[in-house]
Amino acid sequence: MKAEFPILHQEINGHPLVYLDNAATTQKPRSVLEAVRKYYEWDNANVHRGVHTLGSRATDAYEGAREKVARFLNAASTREIVFTRGTTAALNLAASGYARQTLREGDEIVITPMEHHSNLIPWQQAAKATGATLKYIPLQPDGTVTLADVESTVTPNTKIVAITCVSNVLGTVNPIAEIAKIAHRQGAVIVVDGAQSTPHMKVDVRALDIDFYALSGHKMCAPTGIGVLYGKAQLLERMEPIEFGGEMIDFVELYDSTWKELPWKFEGGTPIIAGAVGLGAAIDFLEQIGLPTIEAHERKLVRYGMERLSAIDGLTMYGPREDRAGLITFNLGDVHPHDVATVLDTEGIAVRAGHHCCQPLMKWLQVSATARASFYLYNTEQDVDRLAEALVKTKEFFGDE
Amino acid sequence: MSNLDDLYRRVIMDHYKNPRNKGTLADGSAGRLPEQSTESPTRVTVNLNNPTCGDRISLQLQIEDGIVKDAKWGGEGCSISMSSASMMSDAVKGKPTAEALELADKFSSLMQGKEAEFDEYEDIEALSGVNKFPARIKCATLAWNALRKGVEQGHGQHEGIEQ
Repeated sequence: MKAEFPILHQEINGHPLVYLDNAATTQKPRSVLEAVRKYYEWDNANVHRGVHTLGSRATDAYEGAREKVARFLNAASTREIVFTRGTTAALNLAASGYARQTLREGDEIVITPMEHHSNLIPWQQAAKATGATLKYIPLQPDGTVTLADVESTVTPNTKIVAITCVSNVLGTVNPIAEIAKIAHRQGAVIVVDGAQSTPHMKVDVRALDIDFYALSGHKMCAPTGIGVLYGKAQLLERMEPIEFGGEMIDFVELYDSTWKELPWKFEGGTPIIAGAVGLGAAIDFLEQIGLPTIEAHERKLVRYGMERLSAIDGLTMYGPREDRAGLITFNLGDVHPHDVATVLDTEGIAVRAGHHCCQPLMKWLQVSATARASFYLYNTEQDVDRLAEALVKTKEFFGDE
Repeated sequence: MSNLDDLYRRVIMDHYKNPRNKGTLADGSAGRLPEQSTESPTRVTVNLNNPTCGDRISLQLQIEDGIVKDAKWGGEGCSISMSSASMMSDAVKGKPTAEALELADKFSSLMQGKEAEFDEYEDIEALSGVNKFPARIKCATLAWNALRKGVEQGHGQHEGIEQ
């Protein structure tokens, strides 16, 4: 598998690179790099307007990518797939479009303390702008939520439940189908942050009955700068655009204008065409391997990793022990995670250190920062061994002072 | 791990594990509240943090007649940021503010990989290894940036975010 990823074949500080920062961004396979290159070398033009051949090819490539995304998520139609800059932009579109345009004072938005800042601040701001109340589903000591707590937090006043499918820190996999049922029973819509789930497991938005779903291409082998907001057509229809300009209009007059059909009314300006093409190629690549295969591989790796790391004296791991996604967030005794990450880097191992854009969650964990190793389809047990060995070295390095 | 040895020399670990001047300035005769002070002595508090990594420092300076009479600090962060704060507080205590700022300039040079001597505070030179780790330079400079802000401001409270 590593053979498909050119970047992985290099030495960092004299050691073969072990890339374990996949929750931040993933590396790109040859097929994706090739698709983007081919687009620019052969098909590049602006979309939806060219009468010329390249314009048609570019439009076909862009809209073809939308069809792939729709099929990948099992959306009912391509009208429900809005291309965005990434998950952050997608969640902001849901919050600025749907939430701000529909919420009234006394309404509630329900989220959790495990949310990434991008699924937290847009709701804080929407609540402030509309007079709605922001409420939190409490976390269990292992970093999970219970359905009983979801039941008691979501009330008839709740209009939006926004929750991540997979926590980028805890590795918690939330029971989205059940939470969606509870939300719908109370008349709320469910917005799901799919940044950490889409790359790693099969997500069927209709089977889960999700109303809005956000994802980033760059976390699933595609280029940066492309993401998706999936929304049920009847909800997207009710939303006004939040960006205005070229591409998104139907008729423009001096004092009034009308918008294009879904999904284009939300795609003002020249879109991220090459990014969409890259996302389409990434979906082909992932589907060829199979999402269930990828998920099984990562679950095996994380089990092995937790076993190896739990043997290191003084190492603390966060989040549930079982039934979790393929990442391990940890601290090594009182060694600061930045020091850990620096020492690991000198051994050629890339991990993330910091608050992971989850400051409220750090506060809940009662730490200022953590280190995180996150896996993807190209990681191996040997990578985990390298990590474990380097952590032992790190501990010795800081311990013998 | 030879680069690492450069970075985490024993002297850095010593400052990290036994930080100098950690704490807050005692209340009382030594200082007046900022709103009461029209001239020296002045007590300054600077809070700075590094949003990308969460390192934070709260630096208190007692400045009397243009001299940094006392320096205390608190905060949390990695070994680089905390040892740097410890060394900085030791180095500037008792120095005229102009000399303290000169030390801050020297420290900037050190972080750019240039030669810089700190005479009796040669501990600081142990941080020269940081320039080989670009991602960590802002850890080392946090305390010195707090010092600059504190001295330049001279009086009053300051809250800031280190970019």
